[in-house]
Amino acid sequence: MTGYRLAQGGLVDRDQTVNFRFDGKHYAGLAGDTLASALLANGVKLFGRSFKYHRPRGVFTCGSEEPNALVELRVGAHREPNTRATMAEIFDGLEAASQNRGFSLKYDPLSVNNLLAPFLSAGFYYKTFMWPAGFWEKLYEPIIRRAAGLGRNAGVPDPDVYEKTTEFCDVLVVGGGADGVAAARQAAAQGSRVILCDENAPLAALELPENISLFTRTTVFGVYDGGTYGALERLTDHLPSSNAPRQRLIHIIAQRSVLATGATERPIAFGHNDLPGVMLSSAVDDYITRYGVTPGRNVLLYINNDDAAGLIPTLSDAGVNIAGVVDARPQGSDAVHAAARAASAPVYAGAAIIRAFGALGVKGAKIHLAKGGELTIPCDIIATSGGFNPNLALTSHFDGNPVWDASIAAFVPGKVPPGMSVVGKAAGQGINVNIVPCFHSGYFPGKSFLDQQNDVTVKDVKLAEREGFASVEHVKRYTTLGMATDQGKTANVNAIGVLAETLGRGIGETGTTRYRPPYVPVAIGAFAGAHTGKHFRPARLTPTHGWAEKQGAVFVETGPWLRAQYYPKPGEDWLAAAQREVNAVRNGVGICDVTTLGKIDIQGPDAAKFVECVYTNSWTNLAVGRVRYGLMLREDGMAMDDGTTARLGETHFVMTTTTANAGRVMQQLEFCAQVLWPELDVSLISVTDQWGQIAVAGPRSTAVLAKIVDAPFDLSDEAFPYMACGELSVCGGVPARLFRISFSGERAYELAVPARYAHALAEKLMEAGAEYDIAPYGTEALGIMRIEKGHAAGPELNGQTTAHDLGLHKLLSKKKDFIGRAMAARPALMDPRRPTLVGLRPVNPADIIRAGSHLLPIEAEAIAANDQGHVTSAARSPSLGSIALALLENGPARHGETIRVYDPLRGGDCQAIVTAPVHYDPEGSRLHA
Amino acid sequence: MRITCPHCGTRGVEEFTYTQDAERTRPRDGGAVPTKEWTDYVYLRDNLKGPRREYWYHGAGCHAWLVVERDVSTHEILSVTLP
Repeated sequence: MTGYRLAQGGLVDRDQTVNFRFDGKHYAGLAGDTLASALLANGVKLFGRSFKYHRPRGVFTCGSEEPNALVELRVGAHREPNTRATMAEIFDGLEAASQNRGFSLKYDPLSVNNLLAPFLSAGFYYKTFMWPAGFWEKLYEPIIRRAAGLGRNAGVPDPDVYEKTTEFCDVLVVGGGADGVAAARQAAAQGSRVILCDENAPLAALELPENISLFTRTTVFGVYDGGTYGALERLTDHLPSSNAPRQRLIHIIAQRSVLATGATERPIAFGHNDLPGVMLSSAVDDYITRYGVTPGRNVLLYINNDDAAGLIPTLSDAGVNIAGVVDARPQGSDAVHAAARAASAPVYAGAAIIRAFGALGVKGAKIHLAKGGELTIPCDIIATSGGFNPNLALTSHFDGNPVWDASIAAFVPGKVPPGMSVVGKAAGQGINVNIVPCFHSGYFPGKSFLDQQNDVTVKDVKLAEREGFASVEHVKRYTTLGMATDQGKTANVNAIGVLAETLGRGIGETGTTRYRPPYVPVAIGAFAGAHTGKHFRPARLTPTHGWAEKQGAVFVETGPWLRAQYYPKPGEDWLAAAQREVNAVRNGVGICDVTTLGKIDIQGPDAAKFVECVYTNSWTNLAVGRVRYGLMLREDGMAMDDGTTARLGETHFVMTTTTANAGRVMQQLEFCAQVLWPELDVSLISVTDQWGQIAVAGPRSTAVLAKIVDAPFDLSDEAFPYMACGELSVCGGVPARLFRISFSGERAYELAVPARYAHALAEKLMEAGAEYDIAPYGTEALGIMRIEKGHAAGPELNGQTTAHDLGLHKLLSKKKDFIGRAMAARPALMDPRRPTLVGLRPVNPADIIRAGSHLLPIEAEAIAANDQGHVTSAARSPSLGSIALALLENGPARHGETIRVYDPLRGGDCQAIVTAPVHYDPEGSRLHA
Repeated sequence: MRITCPHCGTRGVEEFTYTQDAERTRPRDGGAVPTKEWTDYVYLRDNLKGPRREYWYHGAGCHAWLVVERDVSTHEILSVTLP
């Protein structure tokens, strides 16, 4: 034997050495080792310090239930805290570190907490740091957070890659042990598609039929509605860092599931049972048989059932000395006596371990003998078994409460999720043979730990009960038992046992807390998958995006879209660029991609009637070849959206919506067509992405268009007046739709072509308009011009404004039903004192009005009671200076009045004149210029 | 959660959006007056345990509005029909 690695046995590859570092020191392990098995093989026993008391801790288990051996893996941005060393596979170059320690693992100044323990008992947060109130945030909390804790966060964004997939199957088998493999084979033999998940690394190759997909290193962590299961596959955690995905979140959709998760051993608590070297007996067995590593050379067993007797021959076969078998049962059992006799090990039937000895690891144990008297036995490992708990966490994710089965002293599955069956040890079959329940030895007055990760002792549970927390759910929250990252997998049942004993009740009556997903910790990154940063949602690009980039555009996010905000020339800031673009439109011609406006194609014999249902104004009287402005309300009477809709044919309309509301309007229209008015014969489809649409605006717009419109289309004002629309072709045969509408207030058109032509169209328009100094304009110029024209947009259509508030009440038809009609007629919504749309101009032209400012009477104090409205939109017009739109109480009656514009956040305080909303060209003569 | 769309078959819940209670119907023939019937339709909702009829919108699929009968205490879906 070299170190603690046995000469033979185990499933590790003895020909392949793996070099890694722990706390900066070099170690060698074997391929197939976990960090825990490799360190144990090197004689390392001390893995970390505990959460609250900073007590030395070692490896307690050999699986995902590990409460103690939590480590940090990797370095720098890749560092991940709180990884269970029992699950981390080693690879060449792995850097691991212990956590929650002082400057070294062996000498930890904060272990003084251990001496302060009387102040850190159950509920100490609630009792100790109550006064003075201000001290909690400033003093107590930072100190406690520093002292009590687990690993360190990397502190920088996670550079690892994660992904998400969905898998479908007939039968999902959870657990790749003998029961699971048998269940999978049986289901596959019946022709089912089977997914078999096992949380461990594959140690032996498994030959499986084709219709079984095996997922190793994959933990099923949750059961969700409709046969959906959440699983986490660890793809490259066992390999050096790379760009390959680290973990994969799998949604598994399964008709049925078989839970074959086996059972997890529980300990028996005794004094100082958290010393490194105290382990579950099954863990000692697993390290020997799976990894060829013995955790120690002189093992004392402390058991109360026959299952654990299997460890005795394992130890003697491996040549490990057995210091003794302390059997809590009064007579022991035949099986234990026989096994111990064969191994020449003494049995102490009816005895109990009082406490363990040792500073940084077990050196011996003091036991209480059946006939009285005490005995001290030297040993370096105490292997304890209080029986097994079926791994039934997944059965209680659907409101199922585990049920206590006294015959095997274990909780077994109660009501299970739909479609799930439980087999083998997970169902309580074949475990806890001849068990006599024993949850703690009860002889030691000091610390006997139940939950090692959260440092909760037997005394804490008893104290909670004395202080009135008798419900198992209350005890959990008061003591924090079972609330650590291991969810108390090795602690809960013992704690319930102690509580039941204290209460003098049965365990069944005491009940258990319910297990909730996730069964094991899942990195947030895995839930996010690829949807991080810019990939959180796809950016929608306009069809002229590439062209706008070449023009030097600066882009802005508007809803899901990226739109050109402005096109700066050398030396221009955003304002100078936007104002130049406004001037280009007002004096010559400009173009702007308006593809992002929602476009809904509406067709059918009842199309006109349908449009009347959703808009407030009348539509059946709109002539073919004409466009009209429409306002849409919600059913509660508030304005929802607006836009223009064109009648291309008797039964064919094309509706435009605002960019932000395109999806919502489509949904509302479909509700109207499918639910409210199914009798109307109408079909709808979104064509937002199919048509690239470009606004051509300015007095020269007709001249520019004339160059690209194919003959014989007539652009003259007589043939194609303001608010006309038509289908035509441009640039020698490209199908197009032309709308003579204007957002800018100038003579203007919007020209739509199939989206793939939009980029070329933008180039053609620039070419055609070169002689008029045509300029592209962005959303900033668009905004300035719409505020100049007093058009309501997003800031005004804010969900709290009515048609009256926006000055659009003339659009409310009295002759027909429409969405929102009845509720818009509520008297309070028509009260003239409601804040109503007005324009504002500063009294002093040097002042600038900002959006969001509040409106107050001139001499009034700036308090909420005097608030009369707010500025919704503000702009810096190149021709008019600072202008704004606002919602002001009793607005229309107050044109000409001076009010105070108050902006406490940005220090603004000026006076403004109330005007009509339309600042520029109120007569609308420019539309025909 | 999985919802069986009458058009598309059984699909993941992420394709659907819950929108509103389907127990209420819009007052027939509208009307221009905000009657109690209207207020009830727009604002009043019962919050009862057990099976409820709800409108779900298959926005990432066929755009159908569906009437989903769902037990709101268990999430069990009892039926899915077109309105």
